[in-house]
Amino acid sequence: MADDTKPEGTQPASPAPATPVAAAHAPRPAAPRPPAVPLPDLAGKTTTAASLGGGAAKAAAAPAKAAAAATRDPDDMSPLLTRRAWMGLAWGAFTAASAAALAATGRFMFPNVLNEPPQQFKAGFPNEYGMGVDERWKEKFGVWIVRTPDDLVQRASGFYALLVTCTHLGCTPNYLSAEGKFKCPCHGSGFRTTGINFEGPAPRPLERARIVLADDGQLLVDKARKFQWELGQWADSEAFLRS
Amino acid sequence: MAETKTIDPKETAATRLWNWLTETQVWKSVFRHDRPDSDRTRVLVMLSNVFLHLHPVRMRKSGVKLRYTWCMGGMSFFLFLSLTLTGLLLMFYYRPTLEYAYTDIVALREHVPLGIMREMHRWGAHAMVITVMLHMFRVFLTGSYKPPREFNWSVGVIMLVLTLLLSFTGYLLPWDQLAIWAITVGSNMARATPFLGHEGPGAALLRLGDVPLIHAYDDARFALLGGSFVGEGALLRFYVLHCVGLPLVIAVLMAVHFWRVRKDGGISGPL
Repeated sequence: MADDTKPEGTQPASPAPATPVAAAHAPRPAAPRPPAVPLPDLAGKTTTAASLGGGAAKAAAAPAKAAAAATRDPDDMSPLLTRRAWMGLAWGAFTAASAAALAATGRFMFPNVLNEPPQQFKAGFPNEYGMGVDERWKEKFGVWIVRTPDDLVQRASGFYALLVTCTHLGCTPNYLSAEGKFKCPCHGSGFRTTGINFEGPAPRPLERARIVLADDGQLLVDKARKFQWELGQWADSEAFLRS
Repeated sequence: MAETKTIDPKETAATRLWNWLTETQVWKSVFRHDRPDSDRTRVLVMLSNVFLHLHPVRMRKSGVKLRYTWCMGGMSFFLFLSLTLTGLLLMFYYRPTLEYAYTDIVALREHVPLGIMREMHRWGAHAMVITVMLHMFRVFLTGSYKPPREFNWSVGVIMLVLTLLLSFTGYLLPWDQLAIWAITVGSNMARATPFLGHEGPGAALLRLGDVPLIHAYDDARFALLGGSFVGEGALLRFYVLHCVGLPLVIAVLMAVHFWRVRKDGGISGPL
């Protein structure tokens, strides 16, 4: 409050700016009135010489200020924004710009195009597959296609697609054809060709991917749709392709 | 003092050279203090040097006893400097791409003079993890984490994590089977990040209707790997983090750490 009144004391002729901020200061409109209404909290703050002078100056400039209350005087050189309001605006803009830059930095880490094999692919015609585990798509798409005469869950002959990701910590097991099992080199988890885990630390069976027949009669594998044995999802019609 | 020169007939040529050198403008512009032969000049040495000013001007006699500090903080710093230097040299030969990464590592051993450089970096990295752990252990045993040093303990904990992350990111760079599968296993932890990992707690809550906002292609693990598996994106990101990002952060924190040792009253005294 004392800071506000000091310029008034040195420049008695300048009318108060007609801004909301200035209007918020009680003493300016209150000054021309009879001195019967000094606010109690102001009483302690108007004891300095500067503010006393300011009070007197305001009383002298009161008629002019009352006339210019509605519109701003063309000769009024006082700033539209107070220093405090201007600093608030500047800090607000800076904070907003920094937040936007941070968000842009985060988004920058997620490219719009990904140079990875697609989740969905056509795996050829069913008659290209013999019985047992087929490893031809393991390297590129991360899938074993298994043809079985009698599925564990669905009790029918046909195909299922096993994801090659170990359910322990995500390594890729090897298929050991002589032993008829998948064996993970990282920590020794073992899986039957059905995908059921039977040795090592793996907590659950391998996941199966959606496998259906495409319109052209080829096998269509979709890794985005996964089926987990422990959730009873291997009974789903798209978890197994009867043929 | 330099001002009070006395002519000594037995003055040697080396002394005369020294006296002349320390009076030159170049010398005086670099060193703004006299020879550190008094308490005042010794303090000035510390205060007028950007590197030394992080260091306490005075320290307890017990603070430099090996059996008290084990010098593990100093060893960690020394190893960091050594790793920075050897790492910088390795960068002249190593290219972080699927095509070259592994063969460049082999070439660093087989074709480059002083093939030991890569081993120094590797063993130094292992040693730094050990010394940082032992430093933390010593600070714990001597109760040096207690007020007023609790802030510096927290900075130290962050630097321990950064040390492990530096070790982790560097582990992928040789791009051999061990590296790929170790990072595959390690980065799977990021799946379980609360809210930001697609298998983490709370992630399932972040969805718009049926559309999950956090999935395998936009979660914390993806940001780390630059892909949905450990591939070329992961190699490049880990390289950048290992060579620039993490060292930058840990260097700033080390400056804070050393400076704070001074501000908190130097190395703690014996209990």
